[in-house]
Amino acid sequence: MPFSFAERHIGTDSLAQLEMLSAVGYDTVERLVDAAVPTSIHALPVAASTIPAPATERDALKELRTLADRNTVRRSMIGLGYYDTITPAVIKRNVLENPSWYTAYTPYQPEISQGRLEALINFQTMVSDLTGMTTANASMLDEGTAVVEGMLLARRASKSTSAVFLVDSDALPQTKALLANRSAAVGIEIVELPLASTEPSALPEAFGVFVQYPGASGTVWDPTSTISAVKNAGGLAVVAADLLALTLIKAPGELGADVAVGTSQRLGVPMGFGGPHAGYMAVRKGLERQLPGRLVGVSQDSDGHPAYRLSLQVREQHIRREKATSNICTAQVLLAVMASMYAVYHGPDGLKRIAQRIHLSAQVFAQDAAAAGFTVETQTFFDTVRVSAPGRAADIVENARQSNINLYLVDENTIGVSFDEVSSVDGQLGLAEAFGFTSRTAFSILTSSLPVELERQSEYLTHPVFNTHRSETAMMRYLKYLADKDYALDRGMIPLGSCTMKLNAATEMESITWPEFAGLHPFAPEADVEGYLTLIEQLQNWLAEVTGYDSVSLQPNAGSQGELAGLLAIRGYHHWRGDQHRTVCLIPSSAHGTNAASAVLAGMKVVVVATDDLGNVDIADLHAKIAEHADVLAALMITYPSTHGVYEHEVVAICDAVHDAGGQVYVDGANLNAVLGYARFGEFGGDVSHLNLHKTFCIPHGGGGPGVGPVAAKAHLAPFLPGHPMAQRDLLAHRGDLLASGGDESAGGHAAMPAHHNIVSAAPYGSPSILPISWAYVRMMGSEGLKAATGAAVLAANYVAVRLREHYPVLYAGDNGLVAHECILDLRPLTAATGVTVDDVAKRLVDYGFHAPTMSFPVAGTLMVEPTESEDLPEIDRFIDAMIAIKKEADAVAAGRWPADDNPLHNAPHTAQSVIVGEWDHAYSREEAVYPVSSLIRGKYWPPVRRIDNAYGDRNLVCACPPIEAFAE
Amino acid sequence: MADKTELKYTAAHEWILVDGTTATVGITDYAADKLGDVVFVELPEVGSTVASGTVVGEIESTKSVGELFAPVDGTVLEANEAVVDSPELVNSDPFGEGWLIKVTFETLPELLSFDEYAALVAE
Repeated sequence: MPFSFAERHIGTDSLAQLEMLSAVGYDTVERLVDAAVPTSIHALPVAASTIPAPATERDALKELRTLADRNTVRRSMIGLGYYDTITPAVIKRNVLENPSWYTAYTPYQPEISQGRLEALINFQTMVSDLTGMTTANASMLDEGTAVVEGMLLARRASKSTSAVFLVDSDALPQTKALLANRSAAVGIEIVELPLASTEPSALPEAFGVFVQYPGASGTVWDPTSTISAVKNAGGLAVVAADLLALTLIKAPGELGADVAVGTSQRLGVPMGFGGPHAGYMAVRKGLERQLPGRLVGVSQDSDGHPAYRLSLQVREQHIRREKATSNICTAQVLLAVMASMYAVYHGPDGLKRIAQRIHLSAQVFAQDAAAAGFTVETQTFFDTVRVSAPGRAADIVENARQSNINLYLVDENTIGVSFDEVSSVDGQLGLAEAFGFTSRTAFSILTSSLPVELERQSEYLTHPVFNTHRSETAMMRYLKYLADKDYALDRGMIPLGSCTMKLNAATEMESITWPEFAGLHPFAPEADVEGYLTLIEQLQNWLAEVTGYDSVSLQPNAGSQGELAGLLAIRGYHHWRGDQHRTVCLIPSSAHGTNAASAVLAGMKVVVVATDDLGNVDIADLHAKIAEHADVLAALMITYPSTHGVYEHEVVAICDAVHDAGGQVYVDGANLNAVLGYARFGEFGGDVSHLNLHKTFCIPHGGGGPGVGPVAAKAHLAPFLPGHPMAQRDLLAHRGDLLASGGDESAGGHAAMPAHHNIVSAAPYGSPSILPISWAYVRMMGSEGLKAATGAAVLAANYVAVRLREHYPVLYAGDNGLVAHECILDLRPLTAATGVTVDDVAKRLVDYGFHAPTMSFPVAGTLMVEPTESEDLPEIDRFIDAMIAIKKEADAVAAGRWPADDNPLHNAPHTAQSVIVGEWDHAYSREEAVYPVSSLIRGKYWPPVRRIDNAYGDRNLVCACPPIEAFAE
Repeated sequence: MADKTELKYTAAHEWILVDGTTATVGITDYAADKLGDVVFVELPEVGSTVASGTVVGEIESTKSVGELFAPVDGTVLEANEAVVDSPELVNSDPFGEGWLIKVTFETLPELLSFDEYAALVAE
C-alpha cells in the first residue's frame, strides 16, 4: 500500500506521535485535542459530506486536468486592465515554480531575506522610474484596490474639507464599482465626470481626482491642466497608469500626479482568470509616510554594510490599529518579484520594443478598420481602440470567438479591441476576418497615434540591474544568487506563530501554470470558464462545510480584504434591517491589528474590550461594553482560537451575549487550522468569518503574498457578500433568501442591490489561478486527513510547550493546561535577568540555522512558536535543542562568562566574513559564533548580512536601488 | 536644558515651559524612552492655530507612532526645524535641544506640576 497524501503532508508518523504524546501526557491525538478544545464547541456530525474520500496525488491531478479541459483558452483582446503576456521561461522555472521563492515568508526578519528584498527594491525602482514618482511601495493587491487606497491617501493628505472625489468616466468598470462600494462605507462622495471633455475651471471642489491613463476606452489624453486645477484647489491627483504604456508616454509624475497606481500584471505575470498579480502605488516626495502596505528601504548592518529591510512598518496595522494608514497586510510579493524580473530580463530597451510592437499592432488594426469603413472612435491610443459597428457589435464579437479571439462587447454598437505582447506577435489574421476585412497595412508606413506632447523624453531603468542580465545564463544565475541569500521552507522550519508555515506540496502547485488555468481573462465569456466555475463552486462548498457556514465568497484576495468583506456584509445586513445606527465594533485588545483597521474602513467605530491575565476576553468588561453600546452595537470580532494560541472556554457565552444585544459575531479565521475537523465557527456562534487559504489551505506565502481570504457567512448575511459587475455567474449560495423575508425595502434585498454590491477585489473571483492549490489540498486530504492535520499541529505545539517550559515560561494555556496550535515563550524574565533580548534570541536562531518565531506578537518581549503539522520530529527537536542551547548561552552571559555587550547572542547573526576577516578579539570563539552545534558543519545557512540597524533606515529613507558603489568594500 | 521641576506637564507626557504668553512644548524623557529611537518628527506649520487636546504633529520611532497634542489653545510661533532634521535629538536631549514647538496663548489651562507628573509616571 503506497503512502497516502496525508502521510506525506503530515510530518510526524504514528511512532513519532506516540513519542510526542507520551511527553505531553496523552495516549491518543484524539484525546489530546478533545481535552484542549472545549466540549461546548465540539463539531456536530455532518449528515452528507460534500468532501469526497481522499484522492491520490495522481488522481487529483487527473481531476484537475479534467476541470482544466473544460476551460477554453482563446486569444484575449478584452483589455480592461488584464493583458496576455509572455512569462519568460527562465522566470517561470526559477521563480514561480521554485520553492526558494514561493515558500518564503514576509521579510520581517531582514537578515535572512536579502534576496527577495533586493528583488522588491528592484520592483520599487522599476515602478518609480516608469511612473516618474519619488517612492513606490512593494506592491498592492490589485489595480482596483490600489485606486481605492489612492483615494483614501488623498483624503488623509488633502487639506480640502470637501468630501468629493472626482472620478474620470473613462475609468475601468471594476475600478468604478470598487470606488462606489468603498467610498460609501467611509462617507466619501464620488462624482463621475468625463474629465477629458470637462473644462478644468468647471470642476467641482474635491479632495482628489482620479484619472485612468490610458483610459478604459484606450484613449490617451493629457490630463495636466485637470490635475493642476484640482491641486490648486487643495486636492490630490491619483493616476492609474499602464506601466508598459509609460515606456512611450509621459510619466504621471511629469503630469503633476501626487499618487500613481496600477498593476504590473502585463509584465510577465499570467492573467490567471483575474489574479494574483501585483498592483503598485507610488507617491511624490513628501507623501512617503502616507504609503500603505510594505515599503523596502536601504539601511546598514552592524558592520556598516548596506542592507535591505522593510521601512516605516510602525505606520501599519500591527502597531497603529484603527489609526493605521490602511488595513492591507499581505501584499503580492511573488508576483511583484516576477514583474521586476521581467524588467530586469528585458531592460529598458526591451520593454520599449515590446510596447512599440503592441502600439504598432493597434495602429495597423485601427488603420485597416478605418480603411474598411469602420469608425474608429479612439483617436489617440496606446494598445486599445473602440470601433463603432452599429447594430453589428455582438455579431462581430461572436465571429471573433469563432476564430478563437475574445473581444470586449462595449454595447450593441461598439467593440473594444486590445493588443498585448502575445497578440502583437501572433498577428491579425483572425481578427481582420471577424470584422470582415483583410489586413493590408504595413508597419513601416505608420506614424504614432500617440499625442506628440505626451511623448516620453525622460529616461527610465538606468540602474545597472536592469541592464546587466540579458543572457539567460546571467538571468538564471542572478535568480539563484538572490534565492541563496534567503531562508525559505526549502531550508528548514519556519516556526512563525500565527503564520502557519506548513507544506506547500508540489502536486498542489503543479496545475497553476497550466494554460487552461493561467491563460484566461477574468471577463472571458462564461462558456470558456466552466471548469474554473466548477472548481470555485466545489471549493466554496467544501469551505462552507468545514466552517459550518452556508455561503462562501472567494473574491477577497487577502485576509484583510476578507475581514473588510465580512464587516461590510454585517453593515449591509444592519442597514437592510433599518439599523443604520449600529456602527460599534467590539474588538479584544489581543486582536490582530488588521481587525481594527478593517472595521474603520467598513465605517465602524472601534471599541476595545479588555483581555484578562490568562489572555482571554475579559467577560466582565465585555458585558460592560455591550451594555454601554447595546443600541449601537454592530459586531464583535473575535479570533478563534485566540491570538494567544488558546481555545477560549467561554466563546459560546461570548457569542450569545453579542447576539442578545442585536450584534453580529465576526470570527476571525486566521487560526482555523487549530479547529478544522474538531469545531466549526458557524456552529458555535459565528455569523461570518474570513479564512486564510495561504495559512490553513496551503497556498504558499510567496515571500509576503499572494494570499486568498475567502469570506464565509450564515445564510442571513449571504446576500451581502461580495458581488461583481462583470462576474460570469453569481456562484454564492443563499443569495436571494432575504428577498422573501421582508426588511427595509429601501435598503433592498439582493436583487435590488447594484451588481457591484460589496465588491472588494478587482476580479470577480479574486485570485483564481491559485485556487487549485487549496482545491488539491482538500481533495487529497479528505475530511479525515484535514482532521488529522489539525491533531498533528496541536500535538506539535503542545510538545514544544512541554519541552521548553522549564527553559522559558509558556504564556497562556486553556482547558487542562493545553495550548492550541502555537505557544508563546515568555522571554521577559530572561531579558530582566540577563539583558538578552527577544531580538538577540531571534537573530541567534539564524546562526543555528532557523527562521525566528514570531517576535513580540501578540505580547511584547515574547516569541510565538507554531511548528505546524508538516514538520517531522527530528526538525522539531532540532529547534527545541537550539532554543535550549541558546538559553544556556544566555545563562553564561548572566553568569559573567561573556560580557553583556560581547557575546554570541548580542552579536548575532554572524556572517562568514565576520568570523574570517581581521583579528578575532571577541570573548567567545569563532566556532561558538558560527558552529554552535556540530551538525551545522556539514550544512549551514549563512546569513549575507549582520544585524540591521532599523533606526538608521527609517531616518534615512532610501527606497530605490542603491548605486553599485554602495556595495564596494 | 530647562529645570524639570519648574516645568508644567500633561498626562500625554508633554512638558511645557511657560514664559509670559509663550509655551515651549516637548515630550518628557519618560515618553522618549518608551518610544525608543525616534526617526521622524512632523510638526505644525508656523502661524497655524491649534486647539488644546488636538493632534498637531507626530513623533515616529522604530517601535510606534506617537501623537503630539497641543497643550494650549493658541498660535504656533516656532517649530524646531533642528528636530525635524535630526529626530534623534528627542532621545538625546528631550528637555533641551529636543523641544518641539513654541505656541503663544491667551489663557493657560490646568496642567500637571512636576510632582503630579512624577506620580503619574510612577503608577
